Amino acid sequence: MRDFTKEIIELIRRTSSDLPKDVEDRLRDSVEREAPGSAARGALETILKNVELSRKNSSPICQDTGTPIFYVKHPEGWSTLQLKQQIRTALAEATKRSYMRPNAVDAVNDRNSGNNLGGDDFPYIHFEEVEGDVLTIELMLKGGGCENVGAQYSLPDGRLGAGRDLAGVRKVVLDAVQKAQGQGCAPGILGVSIGGDRGTGYIKSKEVLLDRIGTHNPDPNLAELEERLTTEANTMGIGPMGFGGQTTVLSTRITGLSRLPASYYVTISYMCWAYRRRKMTVRADQVSYD
Amino acid sequence: MRSINIPISDTIIRELKVGDPVLLNGIMITGRDVVHKWMIETFIRKTREPQGDDLQVYQALKPILMGGVIYHCGPVVSGLDTKQYKFVAAGPTTSIREEPYQAEVMKHFNLKGVIGKGGMGPKTLKGCEEVPGVYFHAIGGAATLIAQSVTRVLDVYKYEFGVPEAIWVIEVKDFPVVVTMDAHGQSLHQGVEERSARVLAELLAK
Repeated sequence: MRDFTKEIIELIRRTSSDLPKDVEDRLRDSVEREAPGSAARGALETILKNVELSRKNSSPICQDTGTPIFYVKHPEGWSTLQLKQQIRTALAEATKRSYMRPNAVDAVNDRNSGNNLGGDDFPYIHFEEVEGDVLTIELMLKGGGCENVGAQYSLPDGRLGAGRDLAGVRKVVLDAVQKAQGQGCAPGILGVSIGGDRGTGYIKSKEVLLDRIGTHNPDPNLAELEERLTTEANTMGIGPMGFGGQTTVLSTRITGLSRLPASYYVTISYMCWAYRRRKMTVRADQVSYD
Repeated sequence: MRSINIPISDTIIRELKVGDPVLLNGIMITGRDVVHKWMIETFIRKTREPQGDDLQVYQALKPILMGGVIYHCGPVVSGLDTKQYKFVAAGPTTSIREEPYQAEVMKHFNLKGVIGKGGMGPKTLKGCEEVPGVYFHAIGGAATLIAQSVTRVLDVYKYEFGVPEAIWVIEVKDFPVVVTMDAHGQSLHQGVEERSARVLAELLAK
Protein backbone atom coordinates (compact mmCIF):
# COMPACT_ATOMS: atom_id res chain seq x y z
CA MET A 1 0.00 0.00 0.00
CA ARG A 2 1.21 3.47 -0.87
CA ASP A 3 2.33 5.77 1.93
CA PHE A 4 0.04 8.81 2.18
CA THR A 5 1.70 10.46 5.18
CA LYS A 6 2.84 13.48 3.15
CA GLU A 7 -0.61 13.95 1.61
CA ILE A 8 -2.28 13.67 5.02
CA ILE A 9 0.04 16.36 6.44
CA GLU A 10 -1.18 18.55 3.60
CA LEU A 11 -4.79 17.68 4.47
CA ILE A 12 -4.13 18.79 8.06
CA ARG A 13 -2.43 22.02 6.93
CA ARG A 14 -5.34 22.91 4.68
CA THR A 15 -7.93 22.06 7.33
CA SER A 16 -6.27 24.08 10.08
CA SER A 17 -5.35 27.15 8.04
CA ASP A 18 -8.23 27.62 5.62
CA LEU A 19 -12.02 27.59 5.88
CA PRO A 20 -14.19 25.71 3.38
CA LYS A 21 -15.67 28.12 0.82
CA ASP A 22 -19.28 27.52 1.88
CA VAL A 23 -18.43 28.60 5.45
CA GLU A 24 -16.48 31.67 4.40
CA ASP A 25 -19.26 32.69 1.98
CA ARG A 26 -21.87 32.35 4.72
CA LEU A 27 -19.76 34.49 7.07
CA ARG A 28 -19.36 37.15 4.35
CA ASP A 29 -23.12 37.21 3.80
CA SER A 30 -23.71 37.79 7.52
CA VAL A 31 -21.53 40.92 7.67
CA GLU A 32 -24.18 42.86 5.76
CA ARG A 33 -26.83 41.90 8.27
CA GLU A 34 -25.04 43.63 11.13
CA ALA A 35 -25.30 47.38 11.68
CA PRO A 36 -22.33 49.47 10.48
CA GLY A 37 -20.06 50.33 13.38
CA SER A 38 -21.56 47.66 15.67
CA ALA A 39 -19.36 45.33 17.75
CA ALA A 40 -21.04 42.43 15.92
CA ARG A 41 -19.99 43.72 12.52
CA GLY A 42 -16.51 44.48 13.81
CA ALA A 43 -16.20 40.92 15.08
CA LEU A 44 -17.23 39.43 11.72
CA GLU A 45 -14.84 41.69 9.83
CA THR A 46 -11.99 40.67 12.14
CA ILE A 47 -12.92 37.02 11.67
CA LEU A 48 -12.76 37.35 7.87
CA LYS A 49 -9.49 39.28 7.99
CA ASN A 50 -8.05 36.51 10.13
CA VAL A 51 -9.23 33.82 7.70
CA GLU A 52 -7.46 35.55 4.82
CA LEU A 53 -4.27 36.00 6.82
CA SER A 54 -4.24 32.38 8.03
CA ARG A 55 -4.68 31.11 4.49
CA LYS A 56 -1.79 33.29 3.32
CA ASN A 57 0.53 32.27 6.19
CA SER A 58 -0.48 28.60 6.48
CA SER A 59 -1.03 29.23 10.18
CA PRO A 60 -3.93 27.96 12.28
CA ILE A 61 -7.15 29.96 11.94
CA CYS A 62 -7.72 29.28 15.63
CA GLN A 63 -5.05 28.40 18.17
CA ASP A 64 -7.38 25.71 19.45
CA THR A 65 -6.82 23.26 16.63
CA GLY A 66 -9.36 21.07 18.35
CA THR A 67 -10.01 17.38 18.48
CA PRO A 68 -8.83 15.88 15.21
CA ILE A 69 -11.67 13.69 13.93
CA PHE A 70 -10.90 11.60 10.84
CA TYR A 71 -13.43 9.75 8.70
CA VAL A 72 -11.79 7.29 6.34
CA LYS A 73 -13.82 5.59 3.62
CA HIS A 74 -11.83 2.92 1.85
CA PRO A 75 -12.43 0.29 -0.84
CA GLU A 76 -12.06 -3.40 -0.03
CA GLY A 77 -8.53 -4.57 0.62
CA TRP A 78 -7.00 -1.48 2.19
CA SER A 79 -5.08 -1.84 5.43
CA THR A 80 -6.76 0.25 8.11
CA LEU A 81 -3.81 -0.53 10.36
CA GLN A 82 -1.40 1.16 7.96
CA LEU A 83 -3.76 4.07 7.30
CA LYS A 84 -4.10 4.63 11.03
CA GLN A 85 -0.32 4.67 11.44
CA GLN A 86 0.06 7.11 8.55
CA ILE A 87 -2.57 9.43 10.02
CA ARG A 88 -0.88 9.38 13.43
CA THR A 89 2.57 10.01 11.94
CA ALA A 90 1.16 12.86 9.83
CA LEU A 91 -0.54 14.44 12.85
CA ALA A 92 2.63 14.40 14.94
CA GLU A 93 4.59 15.96 12.07
CA ALA A 94 1.88 18.60 11.44
CA THR A 95 2.13 19.49 15.14
CA LYS A 96 5.90 19.89 14.83
CA ARG A 97 5.30 22.26 11.91
CA SER A 98 2.90 24.37 14.03
CA TYR A 99 -0.13 23.57 11.87
CA MET A 100 -1.57 22.05 15.01
CA ARG A 101 -1.31 22.86 18.72
CA PRO A 102 -0.30 19.94 20.95
CA ASN A 103 -3.77 19.22 22.29
CA ALA A 104 -3.77 15.73 23.79
CA VAL A 105 -3.78 16.01 27.58
CA ASP A 106 -3.93 12.84 29.67
CA ALA A 107 -6.98 13.53 31.81
CA VAL A 108 -5.69 11.49 34.75
CA ASN A 109 -2.14 12.81 35.16
CA ASP A 110 -2.68 16.14 33.33
CA ARG A 111 0.30 15.58 31.03
CA ASN A 112 0.26 16.95 27.50
CA SER A 113 1.81 14.39 25.14
CA GLY A 114 3.27 17.23 23.08
CA ASN A 115 2.56 15.62 19.69
CA ASN A 116 -1.25 15.35 19.56
CA LEU A 117 -1.14 11.59 20.05
CA GLY A 118 -2.92 10.44 23.17
CA GLY A 119 -3.77 6.80 23.65
CA ASP A 120 -5.69 4.91 21.02
CA ASP A 121 -8.56 7.39 20.65
CA PHE A 122 -6.72 10.65 20.09
CA PRO A 123 -6.95 11.39 17.19
CA TYR A 124 -10.35 9.81 16.69
CA ILE A 125 -10.39 7.80 13.45
CA HIS A 126 -13.50 6.24 11.98
CA PHE A 127 -13.02 3.62 9.24
CA GLU A 128 -15.68 2.42 6.87
CA GLU A 129 -15.40 0.11 3.89
CA VAL A 130 -17.21 1.40 0.83
CA GLU A 131 -17.94 0.14 -2.67
CA GLY A 132 -15.89 1.37 -5.64
CA ASP A 133 -12.19 2.18 -5.80
CA VAL A 134 -11.93 5.65 -4.29
CA LEU A 135 -10.35 6.38 -0.91
CA THR A 136 -11.50 9.47 0.97
CA ILE A 137 -10.15 10.89 4.19
CA GLU A 138 -12.20 13.65 5.80
CA LEU A 139 -10.89 15.67 8.69
CA MET A 140 -12.83 17.84 11.08
CA LEU A 141 -11.13 19.98 13.73
CA LYS A 142 -13.51 20.85 16.52
CA GLY A 143 -12.33 23.26 19.19
CA GLY A 144 -12.95 22.84 22.90
CA GLY A 145 -14.89 26.05 23.44
CA CYS A 146 -17.68 24.96 21.12
CA GLU A 147 -17.48 21.33 22.24
CA ASN A 148 -18.10 22.50 25.81
CA VAL A 149 -21.43 24.08 24.89
CA GLY A 150 -22.76 20.96 23.17
CA ALA A 151 -25.75 19.46 24.97
CA GLN A 152 -27.86 16.35 25.19
CA TYR A 153 -31.50 16.37 26.30
CA SER A 154 -33.59 13.42 27.35
CA LEU A 155 -37.20 14.02 26.35
CA PRO A 156 -39.74 14.67 27.71
CA ASP A 157 -38.21 17.71 29.39
CA GLY A 158 -40.69 19.13 31.87
CA ARG A 159 -38.81 22.37 32.51
CA LEU A 160 -38.94 23.31 28.81
CA GLY A 161 -42.31 21.71 28.10
CA ALA A 162 -40.64 19.59 25.43
CA GLY A 163 -42.40 16.35 24.48
CA ARG A 164 -41.23 13.48 22.30
CA ASP A 165 -41.92 15.09 18.93
CA LEU A 166 -40.41 17.65 16.57
CA ALA A 167 -42.01 20.48 18.55
CA GLY A 168 -40.07 19.21 21.56
CA VAL A 169 -36.88 18.93 19.53
CA ARG A 170 -37.28 22.58 18.50
CA LYS A 171 -37.59 23.72 22.10
CA VAL A 172 -34.50 21.98 23.43
CA VAL A 173 -32.32 23.11 20.50
CA LEU A 174 -33.34 26.73 21.09
CA ASP A 175 -32.59 26.29 24.78
CA ALA A 176 -29.10 24.98 23.95
CA VAL A 177 -28.39 28.01 21.74
CA GLN A 178 -29.50 30.41 24.48
CA LYS A 179 -27.37 28.62 27.07
CA ALA A 180 -24.32 28.69 24.80
CA GLN A 181 -24.45 32.51 24.48
CA GLY A 182 -21.15 33.56 22.85
CA GLN A 183 -19.09 30.89 24.65
CA GLY A 184 -18.88 28.55 21.66
CA CYS A 185 -17.56 31.31 19.35
CA ALA A 186 -20.80 32.34 17.71
CA PRO A 187 -21.96 32.46 14.99
CA GLY A 188 -22.21 28.70 15.28
CA ILE A 189 -23.38 25.83 13.11
CA LEU A 190 -25.69 23.31 14.78
CA GLY A 191 -25.48 19.57 14.25
CA VAL A 192 -28.52 17.90 15.77
CA SER A 193 -29.33 14.22 16.12
CA ILE A 194 -32.68 12.89 17.23
CA GLY A 195 -32.65 9.42 18.81
CA GLY A 196 -29.79 6.99 19.24
CA ASP A 197 -28.19 6.29 22.60
CA ARG A 198 -26.05 8.84 24.43
CA GLY A 199 -22.93 7.77 22.52
CA THR A 200 -24.30 7.52 18.98
CA GLY A 201 -26.26 10.71 19.57
CA TYR A 202 -23.06 12.71 19.94
CA ILE A 203 -21.21 10.88 17.16
CA LYS A 204 -24.00 11.43 14.62
CA SER A 205 -24.59 15.04 15.63
CA LYS A 206 -20.96 15.65 14.63
CA GLU A 207 -21.04 13.53 11.48
CA VAL A 208 -23.89 15.59 10.09
CA LEU A 209 -21.55 18.59 10.25
CA LEU A 210 -19.44 17.04 7.49
CA ASP A 211 -22.15 18.10 5.02
CA ARG A 212 -21.80 21.35 3.16
CA ILE A 213 -23.78 24.36 4.43
CA GLY A 214 -27.03 24.55 2.50
CA THR A 215 -27.52 20.77 2.49
CA HIS A 216 -30.86 19.83 3.99
CA ASN A 217 -32.37 16.68 5.38
CA PRO A 218 -34.32 14.86 2.63
CA ASP A 219 -37.34 14.67 4.93
CA PRO A 220 -39.24 17.92 4.23
CA ASN A 221 -40.39 18.21 7.86
CA LEU A 222 -36.83 18.05 9.11
CA ALA A 223 -35.61 20.37 6.36
CA GLU A 224 -38.23 22.88 7.43
CA LEU A 225 -37.22 22.52 11.07
CA GLU A 226 -33.56 23.10 10.13
CA GLU A 227 -34.48 26.42 8.51
CA ARG A 228 -36.83 27.41 11.29
CA LEU A 229 -34.24 26.75 14.01
CA THR A 230 -31.64 28.91 12.28
CA THR A 231 -34.15 31.74 11.83
CA GLU A 232 -35.51 31.57 15.37
CA ALA A 233 -32.06 31.25 16.96
CA ASN A 234 -31.13 34.47 15.19
CA THR A 235 -33.98 36.35 16.84
CA MET A 236 -32.36 35.87 20.26
CA GLY A 237 -29.90 38.69 19.68
CA ILE A 238 -26.82 36.85 20.97
CA GLY A 239 -24.79 37.72 17.88
CA PRO A 240 -21.17 37.15 16.86
CA MET A 241 -19.01 36.46 19.94
CA GLY A 242 -22.10 37.11 22.08
CA PHE A 243 -21.73 40.85 21.45
CA GLY A 244 -25.41 41.14 20.51
CA GLY A 245 -26.55 41.16 16.88
CA GLN A 246 -28.44 39.33 14.16
CA THR A 247 -26.06 36.44 13.45
CA THR A 248 -26.03 33.77 16.14
CA VAL A 249 -26.39 30.62 14.05
CA LEU A 250 -25.21 30.23 10.43
CA SER A 251 -26.90 26.94 9.68
CA THR A 252 -28.60 23.94 11.27
CA ARG A 253 -28.43 20.29 10.24
CA ILE A 254 -30.60 17.53 11.67
CA THR A 255 -30.32 13.77 11.40
CA GLY A 256 -32.80 11.19 12.66
CA LEU A 257 -31.61 7.93 14.23
CA SER A 258 -33.32 4.87 15.63
CA ARG A 259 -33.97 4.91 19.36
CA LEU A 260 -35.12 2.54 22.06
CA PRO A 261 -38.76 2.78 23.07
CA ALA A 262 -37.60 4.06 26.47
CA SER A 263 -35.20 6.75 25.20
CA TYR A 264 -35.61 9.94 23.21
CA TYR A 265 -32.38 11.90 23.08
CA VAL A 266 -31.83 15.13 21.27
CA THR A 267 -28.13 15.84 20.94
CA ILE A 268 -26.69 19.16 19.82
CA SER A 269 -23.12 19.56 18.63
CA TYR A 270 -22.27 23.22 18.40
CA MET A 271 -19.61 24.06 15.83
CA CYS A 272 -17.85 27.41 16.14
CA TRP A 273 -17.57 29.79 13.18
CA ALA A 274 -14.08 28.33 12.60
CA TYR A 275 -15.78 25.32 11.04
CA ARG A 276 -12.72 23.44 9.83
CA ARG A 277 -13.38 20.43 7.65
CA ARG A 278 -11.61 19.15 4.53
CA LYS A 279 -11.68 16.08 2.36
CA MET A 280 -8.84 14.32 0.60
CA THR A 281 -9.70 11.97 -2.26
CA VAL A 282 -7.42 9.32 -3.75
CA ARG A 283 -8.54 8.17 -7.17
CA ALA A 284 -6.24 5.94 -9.22
CA ASP A 285 -3.20 7.28 -7.30
CA GLN A 286 -4.25 10.88 -7.91
CA VAL A 287 -4.71 12.85 -4.71
CA SER A 288 -7.05 15.83 -4.66
CA TYR A 289 -8.44 18.06 -1.92
CA ASP A 290 -11.68 19.96 -1.64
CA MET B 1 -9.12 54.06 19.02
CA ARG B 2 -7.69 54.43 22.49
CA SER B 3 -4.24 53.01 23.09
CA ILE B 4 -3.36 51.90 26.63
CA ASN B 5 -0.01 50.96 28.12
CA ILE B 6 0.49 48.20 30.67
CA PRO B 7 0.77 48.59 33.68
CA ILE B 8 -2.60 50.36 33.83
CA SER B 9 -3.51 52.94 36.49
CA ASP B 10 -6.76 52.94 38.47
CA THR B 11 -7.66 56.28 36.87
CA ILE B 12 -7.49 54.83 33.37
CA ILE B 13 -9.34 51.68 34.41
CA ARG B 14 -12.21 53.78 35.80
CA GLU B 15 -12.41 55.74 32.56
CA LEU B 16 -13.06 52.58 30.57
CA LYS B 17 -16.69 51.74 29.79
CA VAL B 18 -18.42 48.74 28.26
CA GLY B 19 -18.20 48.98 24.48
CA ASP B 20 -14.88 50.86 24.36
CA PRO B 21 -12.46 49.46 21.76
CA VAL B 22 -8.88 49.54 23.05
CA LEU B 23 -5.38 48.74 21.78
CA LEU B 24 -3.15 47.28 24.49
CA ASN B 25 0.62 47.76 24.61
CA GLY B 26 3.25 46.35 26.95
CA ILE B 27 4.06 43.14 28.79
CA MET B 28 1.48 40.59 29.89
CA ILE B 29 1.25 36.88 30.62
CA THR B 30 -0.92 34.08 29.32
CA GLY B 31 -2.69 32.00 31.93
CA ARG B 32 -5.66 29.72 31.67
CA ASP B 33 -7.19 26.73 33.46
CA VAL B 34 -4.15 25.06 35.04
CA VAL B 35 -2.52 28.40 35.93
CA HIS B 36 -5.58 29.77 37.74
CA LYS B 37 -6.05 26.58 39.73
CA TRP B 38 -2.33 26.51 40.57
CA MET B 39 -2.32 30.17 41.70
CA ILE B 40 -5.39 29.73 43.87
CA GLU B 41 -4.29 26.50 45.53
CA THR B 42 -0.62 27.36 46.02
CA PHE B 43 -0.55 31.08 46.83
CA ILE B 44 -4.04 32.37 47.55
CA ARG B 45 -6.11 29.75 49.41
CA LYS B 46 -2.90 27.83 50.22
CA THR B 47 -4.46 24.38 50.15
CA ARG B 48 -1.34 22.97 48.49
CA GLU B 49 2.33 23.27 49.46
CA PRO B 50 4.56 25.09 46.95
CA GLN B 51 6.68 22.61 45.00
CA GLY B 52 9.66 22.76 42.65
CA ASP B 53 10.14 26.29 41.33
CA ASP B 54 6.66 27.46 42.42
CA LEU B 55 7.97 30.20 44.73
CA GLN B 56 10.52 31.55 42.24
CA VAL B 57 7.84 31.70 39.54
CA TYR B 58 5.51 33.46 41.98
CA GLN B 59 8.16 36.11 42.74
CA ALA B 60 8.80 36.59 39.03
CA LEU B 61 5.10 36.97 38.26
CA LYS B 62 4.22 39.44 41.01
CA PRO B 63 5.79 42.53 39.42
CA ILE B 64 4.38 41.65 35.98
CA LEU B 65 0.88 41.23 37.35
CA MET B 66 0.94 44.34 39.57
CA GLY B 67 -1.25 46.68 37.53
CA GLY B 68 -0.95 44.14 34.76
CA VAL B 69 -2.98 41.96 32.46
CA ILE B 70 -3.55 38.21 32.15
CA TYR B 71 -4.57 36.70 28.84
CA HIS B 72 -6.73 33.56 28.72
CA CYS B 73 -4.90 31.97 25.84
CA GLY B 74 -3.32 28.65 24.89
CA PRO B 75 -1.14 29.62 21.95
CA VAL B 76 0.43 27.71 19.08
CA VAL B 77 4.14 28.45 19.50
CA SER B 78 6.95 27.73 17.04
CA GLY B 79 10.63 27.35 17.89
CA LEU B 80 10.02 24.93 20.76
CA ASP B 81 13.18 22.94 19.95
CA THR B 82 15.48 25.95 19.68
CA LYS B 83 13.72 28.08 22.32
CA GLN B 84 13.46 30.83 19.71
CA TYR B 85 9.80 31.11 20.63
CA LYS B 86 7.32 32.80 18.35
CA PHE B 87 3.52 33.01 18.68
CA VAL B 88 1.97 31.55 15.52
CA ALA B 89 -1.66 31.53 16.58
CA ALA B 90 -2.92 33.11 19.77
CA GLY B 91 -6.61 33.86 20.07
CA PRO B 92 -8.47 33.88 23.39
CA THR B 93 -9.96 30.83 25.09
CA THR B 94 -13.37 30.77 26.82
CA SER B 95 -13.05 32.72 30.07
CA ILE B 96 -16.04 31.49 32.03
CA ARG B 97 -14.10 28.44 33.25
CA GLU B 98 -11.99 30.78 35.41
CA GLU B 99 -15.08 32.29 37.05
CA PRO B 100 -14.50 30.40 40.34
CA TYR B 101 -10.94 31.83 40.57
CA GLN B 102 -10.67 35.09 38.66
CA ALA B 103 -11.77 37.68 41.23
CA GLU B 104 -9.43 36.27 43.89
CA VAL B 105 -6.52 36.23 41.44
CA MET B 106 -7.25 39.85 40.47
CA LYS B 107 -7.31 40.98 44.09
CA HIS B 108 -4.24 39.00 45.12
CA PHE B 109 -1.98 40.36 42.37
CA ASN B 110 -3.73 43.74 41.88
CA LEU B 111 -4.43 42.63 38.33
CA LYS B 112 -6.11 45.34 36.25
CA GLY B 113 -7.14 43.50 33.16
CA VAL B 114 -8.32 40.09 32.07
CA ILE B 115 -8.42 39.27 28.35
CA GLY B 116 -10.50 36.39 27.06
CA LYS B 117 -13.66 35.58 25.21
CA GLY B 118 -17.28 34.91 26.08
CA GLY B 119 -17.26 37.13 29.15
CA MET B 120 -17.40 36.21 32.82
CA GLY B 121 -19.98 36.07 35.60
CA PRO B 122 -21.08 38.03 38.68
CA LYS B 123 -18.10 37.11 40.88
CA THR B 124 -15.62 38.54 38.38
CA LEU B 125 -17.84 41.57 37.73
CA LYS B 126 -17.76 42.31 41.45
CA GLY B 127 -14.00 41.79 41.42
CA CYS B 128 -13.73 44.35 38.62
CA GLU B 129 -15.54 46.90 40.79
CA GLU B 130 -13.41 46.21 43.86
CA VAL B 131 -9.90 46.02 42.39
CA PRO B 132 -10.74 48.07 40.12
CA GLY B 133 -10.26 46.17 36.87
CA VAL B 134 -11.89 45.42 33.54
CA TYR B 135 -12.56 42.48 31.28
CA PHE B 136 -11.26 42.89 27.76
CA HIS B 137 -12.87 40.78 25.03
CA ALA B 138 -10.70 39.61 22.14
CA ILE B 139 -12.16 38.01 19.02
CA GLY B 140 -12.40 34.25 19.49
CA GLY B 141 -10.68 32.29 16.76
CA ALA B 142 -8.86 35.30 15.31
CA ALA B 143 -5.64 33.54 16.16
CA THR B 144 -3.29 34.44 13.32
CA LEU B 145 -4.32 38.08 13.43
CA ILE B 146 -3.85 38.41 17.18
CA ALA B 147 -0.50 36.59 17.04
CA GLN B 148 0.74 39.47 14.89
CA SER B 149 0.33 41.87 17.78
CA VAL B 150 2.61 39.69 19.91
CA THR B 151 5.96 41.26 19.11
CA ARG B 152 8.16 39.18 21.42
CA VAL B 153 8.06 36.16 23.68
CA LEU B 154 10.15 37.19 26.66
CA ASP B 155 9.99 34.09 28.82
CA VAL B 156 8.04 30.98 29.65
CA TYR B 157 7.26 29.59 33.10
CA LYS B 158 5.74 26.25 33.99
CA TYR B 159 6.48 24.76 30.59
CA GLU B 160 5.67 21.40 32.14
CA PHE B 161 1.98 22.42 32.16
CA GLY B 162 2.16 21.90 28.38
CA VAL B 163 2.38 24.53 25.61
CA PRO B 164 -1.28 25.64 25.81
CA GLU B 165 -1.29 25.86 29.62
CA ALA B 166 2.18 27.29 30.28
CA ILE B 167 2.73 30.88 31.44
CA TRP B 168 4.09 32.79 28.45
CA VAL B 169 5.46 36.27 29.13
CA ILE B 170 4.80 38.29 26.02
CA GLU B 171 5.21 41.82 24.74
CA VAL B 172 2.28 43.09 22.70
CA LYS B 173 1.78 46.05 20.43
CA ASP B 174 -1.68 47.31 19.47
CA PHE B 175 -3.42 44.21 20.78
CA PRO B 176 -7.09 44.79 19.79
CA VAL B 177 -9.79 44.26 22.44
CA VAL B 178 -13.18 45.60 23.47
CA VAL B 179 -14.18 46.34 27.07
CA THR B 180 -17.21 44.15 27.82
CA MET B 181 -17.16 44.32 31.65
CA ASP B 182 -16.11 47.52 33.37
CA ALA B 183 -15.23 48.71 36.87
CA HIS B 184 -18.66 50.30 37.30
CA GLY B 185 -20.65 47.06 37.47
CA GLN B 186 -21.63 47.04 33.80
CA SER B 187 -21.46 43.87 31.71
CA LEU B 188 -22.36 43.53 28.05
CA HIS B 189 -22.73 39.78 28.60
CA GLN B 190 -25.29 40.13 31.35
CA GLY B 191 -27.43 42.33 29.10
CA VAL B 192 -27.27 39.97 26.13
CA GLU B 193 -27.99 36.98 28.39
CA GLU B 194 -31.09 38.61 29.90
CA ARG B 195 -32.50 39.76 26.57
CA SER B 196 -31.96 36.36 24.92
CA ALA B 197 -33.64 34.62 27.88
CA ARG B 198 -36.74 36.77 27.33
CA VAL B 199 -36.84 35.94 23.60
CA LEU B 200 -36.36 32.24 24.40
CA ALA B 201 -39.31 32.30 26.81
CA GLU B 202 -41.47 33.77 24.03
CA LEU B 203 -40.28 31.15 21.53
CA LEU B 204 -40.95 28.32 23.98
CA ALA B 205 -44.48 29.58 24.54
CA LYS B 206 -45.23 29.29 20.80
